[in-house]
Amino acid sequence: MLDKNGIARRIAKELRDGYFVNLGIGIPTLVANYIPQGIEVEFQSENGVLGMGPFPFEGEEDADIINAGKQTITTMPGASFFDSATSFNMIRGQHVDLTILGAMEVSENGDIANWKIPGKMVKGMGGAMDLVASAENIIVAMMHTNRAGASKLLRKCSLPLTGVNCVKKVVTNMAVLEVTNEGFKLLERAPGVSVEDIQKATEGMLIIDGNIPEMILD
Amino acid sequence: MIRKTVAGVVEATEGVKDNMTFMLGGFGLCGIPENAIAALVKKNIKGLTCISNNAGVDDFGLGLLLQQKQIKKMISSYVGENEEFERQMLSGELDVELIPQGTLAERCRAAQGGFPAFYTPAGYGTEVAEGKETREFNGKMYILESAFKADFAFVKAWKGDEAGNLIFKGTARNFNPCMCGAAKITVAEVEELVPAGSLNPDHIHIPGIFVQRIFQGEKYEKRIEQRTVQKKG
Repeated sequence: MLDKNGIARRIAKELRDGYFVNLGIGIPTLVANYIPQGIEVEFQSENGVLGMGPFPFEGEEDADIINAGKQTITTMPGASFFDSATSFNMIRGQHVDLTILGAMEVSENGDIANWKIPGKMVKGMGGAMDLVASAENIIVAMMHTNRAGASKLLRKCSLPLTGVNCVKKVVTNMAVLEVTNEGFKLLERAPGVSVEDIQKATEGMLIIDGNIPEMILD
Repeated sequence: MIRKTVAGVVEATEGVKDNMTFMLGGFGLCGIPENAIAALVKKNIKGLTCISNNAGVDDFGLGLLLQQKQIKKMISSYVGENEEFERQMLSGELDVELIPQGTLAERCRAAQGGFPAFYTPAGYGTEVAEGKETREFNGKMYILESAFKADFAFVKAWKGDEAGNLIFKGTARNFNPCMCGAAKITVAEVEELVPAGSLNPDHIHIPGIFVQRIFQGEKYEKRIEQRTVQKKG
């Protein structure tokens, strides 16, 4: 079974040279720590920066330079700043190659719910609806089950949707799954996790085709 | 040169009244019009509709207007980090319309550019699309969203000149340029106001035609919401 950093490490293997990448808040943010050697990627933050760098050194933080999580950041050589409308043109116009975001639920047809739990505090969708409606390549990073142990990979989402039919791949603490027309196709198992374990933790249609290899993280 | 300068925030906010609709720039507390917000708090006008990506924190930004119960309705994309906001929303005192962030930016820019409405895929198949016209283009579904209508836009820039030309800094740019010229009157506050001719016309982010009033703000606090740093070495 993987921890959050393990999920981020596995997702980082999906990065390709020259990708522009938007990282959501939570596990996706950790992906920036595991960029494979020898490739160049640029991170986009929807509040208006492309070419996001690491957090600043103490004393060098600038209130005018933050990411979408409102954290102080730095920029890399070649970075640019822009307004919110331009930022979402990059997203809606499919100029961003890969979107990685967290989720509360994903359904077997690729619907995603990650912005609202009715009856509890509603914080809003931020840029998530624009991202999932437009991106061609969306990977969800999440735990396979919720705190109560219930599956987050479902036949149908129970929470209000963020987007329909949009998730392409899901990486959890237990598995890598591809969303296909028939359901979740199991691609890889996390170290020490069996196909039976994954089947038990998956409520949606799980397609098991042949031998399922264990993830390679390095 | 057509001069846009006003003496200060008092003159800049002349004409604001109860029940008006305002646009306010900023992302979180980054690039918010601090001086204009302080003046609106002082005037204590009520029943406001505020279009702003976020709603500030309890004791800063739009949170200050919420404390005095000046806001009737918020139109935002994300409103966490504010307990008073939560209380007013759950008790029904405050009306909240949550919309996707890109849609919020584009509804401002549509108003700026004279488009009554536009199609976007954001929110299709979700509760955001309820009651809205949908249409298929090239095999994909879109929803029709309309331009905002607002009485005042309050924006914050880094530098500006007497002609109302604006230059922004870093991610403090965010929604500010999209809101310029998107309301009946755009009020820009800047950290440094310079004479016309001292900014290179090639470097202007927003031309002065989109700005009606400009003034140099005072005492910018520029509060950081999430101070995140790494240790040296």
